[in-house]
Amino acid sequence: MSTKVKSNAFLVAISAVILGLIAGGLLMMAIGSNPFEGFYYLFRGGLMSMERVGNTIATAITLMLVGLSVAFAFKTGLFNIGASGQMLIGGLAATLVAHYVFLPRVIYIPVIILAAFAAGALWGVIPGFLKAKFNVHEVVATIMMNWIAYWSIYYFIPAYLKGPSLETESRSIAIEQSLRSDWLTDFFGGGYINLGIFVAVVAVIVVKYVLDKTTLGFELKAVGSNRFCAEYAGIKVNRNVIISMMIAGGLAGLAGMTFYTGYSRNIQIGVLPSMGFDGIAVALLGASNPIGVFFSALFFGLLQSGKGFMNAMTDVPPEIADTIIATIIYFTATSVLFSRFWDKVGKRKKERNDARTAKAEAQESDHE
Amino acid sequence: MSNDKDMKTLFRTYRTPIIVIAVLLMLALFSESHLIRLIIPYAIAYTIPLLVTALGGLYSERSGVTNLGLEGLMLVGYFASAITIKFTEQISYSLAIPLGLFIAVIAGALFSMLHAFASINLKADQIISGTAINMLASALTVYLARTVAGSGNVRIMLGIVRQDIPVLSKIPGLGTLFFTQSYWSTWVALAIWGLSWFLLYKTSFGLRLRACGEHPSAVESAGVNVHKMRYFGVGMSGALAGLGGAIILVTYSGEFNGTVAGLGFLSIAALIFGQWKPLGILGATFFFGTATTIANVSQVIPEFGVIPPVIFKVFPYVVTLLALVVFSKRSAAPKAVGEPY
Repeated sequence: MSTKVKSNAFLVAISAVILGLIAGGLLMMAIGSNPFEGFYYLFRGGLMSMERVGNTIATAITLMLVGLSVAFAFKTGLFNIGASGQMLIGGLAATLVAHYVFLPRVIYIPVIILAAFAAGALWGVIPGFLKAKFNVHEVVATIMMNWIAYWSIYYFIPAYLKGPSLETESRSIAIEQSLRSDWLTDFFGGGYINLGIFVAVVAVIVVKYVLDKTTLGFELKAVGSNRFCAEYAGIKVNRNVIISMMIAGGLAGLAGMTFYTGYSRNIQIGVLPSMGFDGIAVALLGASNPIGVFFSALFFGLLQSGKGFMNAMTDVPPEIADTIIATIIYFTATSVLFSRFWDKVGKRKKERNDARTAKAEAQESDHE
Repeated sequence: MSNDKDMKTLFRTYRTPIIVIAVLLMLALFSESHLIRLIIPYAIAYTIPLLVTALGGLYSERSGVTNLGLEGLMLVGYFASAITIKFTEQISYSLAIPLGLFIAVIAGALFSMLHAFASINLKADQIISGTAINMLASALTVYLARTVAGSGNVRIMLGIVRQDIPVLSKIPGLGTLFFTQSYWSTWVALAIWGLSWFLLYKTSFGLRLRACGEHPSAVESAGVNVHKMRYFGVGMSGALAGLGGAIILVTYSGEFNGTVAGLGFLSIAALIFGQWKPLGILGATFFFGTATTIANVSQVIPEFGVIPPVIFKVFPYVVTLLALVVFSKRSAAPKAVGEPY
């Protein structure tokens, strides 16, 4: 079953995307808008200038890291729905570093990365520990951790990092202390593009390497595919569950860093970042494969960054992008449907080929 | 010795009424305290949407389907009732609210069919399907609100008016706590709670439904259609979560704003905390309702002024985690929950 699904993961993903876009088109038609016009402006909004392309990439960076986080946990059979909270805490750690730690750039960047990773990992390791030690379902535990992060930030920011004018956001970090970089910004002609792009790409490569080429990755995947079998083979299941959630949390923490100290330069309170949930879509569409995550993050980044322009040019509300993403998740979840469909197509093609060769053979034998 | 044993069995048989009476007596004893008088009415108001939604989750999980989409289903009901009431309240105020609740129930049940189809027929991962339901609901409701009502927020003119219950409110102690200034939706919700308990535990239909969540193949061999039962379970969870969302609107919120702020997830936690049993759920949701109320009113109560408000806000979630630590080892979850059949 799993090998069969894997073999047509790409077809499943493409089918889900097409169906999601069709559903989005129908919704645009339902409110009396022209779907072709809507999609035109949606994609144009994400791609029409270098700056817009930079913004699309900047959005995709965060989604990529959250997607990696969710995918990493998936590989160990865990569902990390707590990326939002891990992003908040990782983002808070990065913001604190940006406000109070002043170092040469070469040392500063690793420090802020480490801080964000560690804070996110802390938020992820708690549910991992509860799962391993007390069998607490990680879905409920990570959701509770989301709300604990939400309220902690809600009170921490006004108390310690209050902005000059608004009570609802932290004061902005200095631009030199953010992940923005002059040459990148100049290259893209402005926008939100930042050094997170390298963090995300390196993370994709490292996660791919860890999962495919190391003992740790092998153990994590073994626990994910059959934890009893893994236990029987002498793999320490609980330890792997904890490590998996820790790394997943760390990756989400990095996502928080790229968002709060790269894309934006402050933290708003009273908001659970929606990218934490969009990352689930990224991981699912990418079939939990780091390379798949890379491309699906770019695609969702495009939808998210183009929606504002589309809303300005047409009557379609920006939530269409989120609706399309949610529809894509639903269709990925029901991918059995497409797997069956593509299997049937494959089988029919094979049958046809078989019939053709049989016929040819029969004709040949007739000639003889 | 035997007397002691008798007492034990007696307690075990009548555990439910004993606990209920003990809690009510406690509250009656302190009903003169201004703190209790301040907190209890709000606590009830916050409890009811959680209770109704968690009951919905009970139907679904007892039939063997995990429903992580309760948050989204609540949101669907929240939205459906807001739109219905907004467009009918000018015609008839007294009809608009019951109609809004009814439409919310229907909308929730219909939306839950997406989850039912995915998890029952297609044997999809129920957790992912539930997550998709949540995301779809939160995007779609705001999308529709913007196009139908012109804004992401939909405000209604008037919710349910609080009323005294004629005779019962005169009872000293408890009467003033529970029967004065109450919403009629609260009594509807408690009636649903009672009926659900009866349906699930005192009828053969309920036995079959619960058996579908424990050992579906055995039920199937006894001639019961497991798929149909599970469709019923998920449909009930959608209907009740929809009602829960609508009750938020017509009692304490008055405005659809695109989120139910985690109440759906808290309902799932209450379901686990309450060990998948009606009384447990009532207790767990009342606990969460009280905790939320204390968090909300803590700033205005001098007794709580010394404690930072963040402690109160994270309290329900931390306690849920701790409760899960205690309860998860010997989990009373239906054995076949989450497994496709």
